[in-house]
Amino acid sequence: MQHAAATPDQPQPYRELGLADDEYGRIREILGRRPTAAELAMYSVMWSEHCSYKSSKVHLAYFGKTTTEAMRARMLAGIGDNAGVIEVGDGWAVTFKIESHNHPSYVEPYQGAATGVGGIVRDIMAMGARPVAVADSLRFGPADAADTARVLPAVVAGIGGYGNCLGLPNIGGELVFDPTYAGNPLVNALCIGVMRVADLHLAHASGAGNKIILFGARTGLDGIGGVSVLASESFSASSGGPTSRKKLPSVQVGDPFTEKVLIECCLELFDGGLVTGIQDLGGAGLACATSELASAGDGGMHVDLDAVPLRAQGMTPAEILCSESQERMCAVVRPSDVDAFLVVCAKWDVIATVIGEVTDGDRLVITCGGQTVLDVPPRTVAHEGPIYHRPVRRPSTQDAVESSTPDVLARPSTPEDLRATVLRMVASPGLCSRAWVTDQYDRYVRGATVLAQPSDAGMLRIDETSQRGVAVATDCNSRYCALDPYTGTQLALAEAYRNVAVTGATPLAVTNCLNFGAPTDPGVMWQFEQAVRGLADGCAQLGIPVTGGNVSFYNQTADTAILPTPVIGVLGVIDDVRRRIPTGVGAAGDEIWLLGDTRDEFGGSQWAHEVHGHLGGRPPAVDLAREQAIGAVLAAASRDGLVSAAHDLSDGGLAQALVEACLSSGAGARVTLPAHLDPFVALFSESSARVLLGVPSSGAGCLAQLCTDHGVPVTRLGEVRPGPELQIAEMAPLTLSDLRTAWEATLPTLFAP
Amino acid sequence: MSADQTSAACRIGVITFPGTLDDVDAARAVRHAGAQPVSLWHADDDLHGVDAVVVPGGFSYGDYLRAGAIAARQPVLRAVVDAARRGTPVLGICNGFQILCEAGLLPGALVRNAGLHFVCRDQRLRVETNATAWTGRYAAGAEIVVPLKSIEGRYVADSSTLAALEGQGRVVLRYLGTSPNGAVRDISGIASADGRVVGLMPHPEHAIDSLTGPSTDGLDFFRSVIDAVLGSVPV
Repeated sequence: MQHAAATPDQPQPYRELGLADDEYGRIREILGRRPTAAELAMYSVMWSEHCSYKSSKVHLAYFGKTTTEAMRARMLAGIGDNAGVIEVGDGWAVTFKIESHNHPSYVEPYQGAATGVGGIVRDIMAMGARPVAVADSLRFGPADAADTARVLPAVVAGIGGYGNCLGLPNIGGELVFDPTYAGNPLVNALCIGVMRVADLHLAHASGAGNKIILFGARTGLDGIGGVSVLASESFSASSGGPTSRKKLPSVQVGDPFTEKVLIECCLELFDGGLVTGIQDLGGAGLACATSELASAGDGGMHVDLDAVPLRAQGMTPAEILCSESQERMCAVVRPSDVDAFLVVCAKWDVIATVIGEVTDGDRLVITCGGQTVLDVPPRTVAHEGPIYHRPVRRPSTQDAVESSTPDVLARPSTPEDLRATVLRMVASPGLCSRAWVTDQYDRYVRGATVLAQPSDAGMLRIDETSQRGVAVATDCNSRYCALDPYTGTQLALAEAYRNVAVTGATPLAVTNCLNFGAPTDPGVMWQFEQAVRGLADGCAQLGIPVTGGNVSFYNQTADTAILPTPVIGVLGVIDDVRRRIPTGVGAAGDEIWLLGDTRDEFGGSQWAHEVHGHLGGRPPAVDLAREQAIGAVLAAASRDGLVSAAHDLSDGGLAQALVEACLSSGAGARVTLPAHLDPFVALFSESSARVLLGVPSSGAGCLAQLCTDHGVPVTRLGEVRPGPELQIAEMAPLTLSDLRTAWEATLPTLFAP
Repeated sequence: MSADQTSAACRIGVITFPGTLDDVDAARAVRHAGAQPVSLWHADDDLHGVDAVVVPGGFSYGDYLRAGAIAARQPVLRAVVDAARRGTPVLGICNGFQILCEAGLLPGALVRNAGLHFVCRDQRLRVETNATAWTGRYAAGAEIVVPLKSIEGRYVADSSTLAALEGQGRVVLRYLGTSPNGAVRDISGIASADGRVVGLMPHPEHAIDSLTGPSTDGLDFFRSVIDAVLGSVPV
C-alpha cells in the first residue's frame, strides 16, 4: 500500500479489468490515492455488472416500490440477501433462488453447468437452510444445430454429474430451443432449501473480535478470469514472473463430493449454533465474501491472506482474493465457538482456517506477507458501487414485429390436416418429451419428491409428520416477451403461478432470473425495464412478493441479443401433499373439463414457430384475476378431492395438453370441441388462464358450483375412456402408442450417442 | 406408516460415508418396515450390536478411484465383513453394492452403463429367488417396479463366477424389458453363497410409499430381513 501511495502515477490495467475511466477515477477519490493491485482487483470484480447490478439497480428498485406490507407478511428475507426466505407454516421456512451460469456453460458446458448447480446450492446454504431440491431452466440454439449437439448433452451431464452426486433431487425445469440462443445458451439453476424459521442465518459480520473462518476447498488459480492481467503488474519486478506460469481456464472446475461434505458440515455447524454469520464464495470469491460480510456488519474486518489454504504456488493477493475456486464458505464465529467449529469441520474432513476477525474500525484491511495490500471502506466495494441510468428506447422495429400478425398464416382445417398437425407438434423439439434430459437426473433421493417432471410443477414433502409440502415451477415464453416484454413477463409469471396452482398448492412467492442482451443497447434496456415493470405489477396484482432474483446481461452475439428471457419461478405451499393433484387426465369414466376462455391467439405461439417459423403480432392476453380465480378453484378442489388430475394449458394449446395428460395417466379419451370455435383455434391457440381437469362424477356438482362462485367458465369436453386411444372431434383416433412414439423419439434421435 | 411393535426387537444399521446420499431413505424404509434404524459412521470400527446392516446408495468419497473402492477400505467396512462372515445380513444398494463387491463380500464388479449416461427410471425387475435373508417375503418369479438411478450400474463377472451364481441360485434380481445399462445376463442383484449378503443396483428404499415412489414393491426387502433376524418364516 505504501508502494501504491509512493507511486501515484504508475499506470494500472483498469480497462483490461473492465473498469471505465470514471470508475477508476472514483476509486482513486474514495481511497485518496491510486489503488493497490489487490484493491483494483476487488473493485473491478465487485463493480462488475454481475456483482454490482449497476445497470439494473435503478429498474429493480421498482420491485421495492410495488411490494406492499401485506405481500411482505410471510417474507423473512428478500432482495439483497443471498436468497429470499418465505414462511410456509408449522414453523417452517423455505428459501429458493435461480441463478444464471450462461456464459461458462457455453465455453465449457459440463463444468459450466455443474458449477452453476454448486453455486446456487451454496447460496441456499448461506441462508442457514438445508438444500432439498434443484431444477434447471435450459435454453439452447436450434435442436438440430451442430453446436447444440456439443452444448446440450454436456450441460445435462454436468447438471446430473454434480446434482446427482450432491444427493439433491432434480424436480423440474424447462428446455427451450431458439436460434437466438445459439452461441448464448442459458443455464439457469434453481435450488430450494428448507429450515426452521428460528434458524435463519443472514450474511453479516458483526461483533468485534469474532473470527472469520474460511472452510471448504483450497483456493487455486481456477476461475480467475480477467484478474490475471494484474499478475503482470504485481510480479513485474520478481524473477521468473508469472508469464512462465500455466494459465488455468477461467471456467471453474467443480468437485461435487467436496460440496456434499460441505453441506453436511454446514448443517451440523448450524445445528450446533456455532455460526454467527455466513456467506458463500461464488462469483468474485473472497473479494466478494469479505467485502459483503464487512459491509453488512457493524464494524470493520481484518483478513490475512497468508492464512488462506492454497493449491497453487506464488498466487498474488489479487488472485487469492478473486479466485473462484468452488466449494468454499466463509463464516463469522464467536471466539468461544472456534474450537467447536473446527472439531465439526475435522469430523467431515473439511479444511477450516481462521483467516481474520471483525474489528472495531470501519475499514476492510487485508494483509499478505506482512504488508497491507488492501485498506478500503467495505460499503464502497459491496453496496455503493456505480449506478448507471442507461438509455432506454423502444426499438423502432417493434411496431413492424407487432403488425406482422399470425392471422395471415395458412391454417389446417380438415380433420386429416388437424390430426397431422397434432402429431407434428407433439414431436417438435419445443413440445416433445423431456425424458431424455430428466432421466439423467436423480429425482428420488431424500425420499420427499411427490411430483417431478413431466408434472407441471415439482412438489416436495417438507414434513413427514404434518405432510406439509411445497411446489415450484419455472417458466418463460421468450417469444411472447419479444413481442411485448411487459405482457410476456406477466405471461411467464401467470404460467408459473398456474403450474403451481394445478398441483393444488397455493402460490406464495416469486423469484426470477432475468436473461437479456447488452445493457448498452437502449432497445435491450427497454425490454428489461418493461419486463421488470410487468413482473412487479403482476406480482402486486397477485399479492405475492418477489423475494429475490438474478440479472444476466450481455447474452448476445455481435449485435444480436437473445430473445428477452425473464425466467420466473413461483413457489407454493400445500398443507397436505397427499391431496396433491397429479398431472394427467384422470381415470376411465372421469369427465374432462376445460377451465377458462379460448380466443384466436397465435402471436408467438408454438404452432406459428414450428410450422411457419413466424414470430410476430401480439402475445396472448394476460388475465391475472382469472389465474387467481382458477388457483382458488384448484386449491379448494384439491382440499375436497373433487378432481382426479389436472394439466395446465400453455405451449401448443389444448391439443398438446390432451396428449400429455393422456400419456401421463396412461388413459385414452374422447373429446368434442366447442361448437362456437374453429377446431384449429380450439386445439392450438395459446390463450392463457386455462386448465384441463379430470373430474370424477362424484365431484362434478361441487366443482361446477366452485367454478361459478369464482367466475371461472367451464367447458365439458368429454370423458376418459378405457381404450388406449385419444379421439378428438371428427379426427381419426390417435393411439397412445403412436402418440408416445412421436412424443418420446425426438430428443433421443437428436442427442443419443 | 407401519406400527413399531417390532422396533425394539430388530435393529438395522445404516452406514453413512462421506458422500453417502440415500442413508435417510434407507433409514426411513427400515422404520416403515417396522424395525429400528441405527446410524453407523464410516469411521466407527464396531456395529453397535445391530442385527443387520444396510450399505446405502450415493457417491461415497465422490466415487474417486473407482466407485466404492475407498469406502470398502474404511474401518466400518472391516466390521461389516467380519459380521457378514458370522452370518449377519447385509444389503448393499447401488453404491452399497459396488462397495460390497470392492470389499470382496460379493463377486463381480459394476462398471459404466453401456449408454454412458446416468439412468434414472422406474425399473421393472424379476425377483429370481426368495432364498435370501432379504427376499423371503417375495414369491420367486415376482415382478416388481423399483427406481434405478446409477451411472456405474452395469454388472460384469467372469464366466465361472456367472456359472456359479446361476448354478447356486444366487442371482436375486434381473432387469425386465430394455436393458438399462447392459448388465451381463440382465443381472441387477446377487447374493452371497449363504444368502445373507445381497447387493442390488435398484433402490428398494425409494419404493416404500406410492406418494414418493412408483410403488411399494421395495418394502418387502426390509420386512424380509426382519423375518430373517427374528427367525419367523413368512407364510
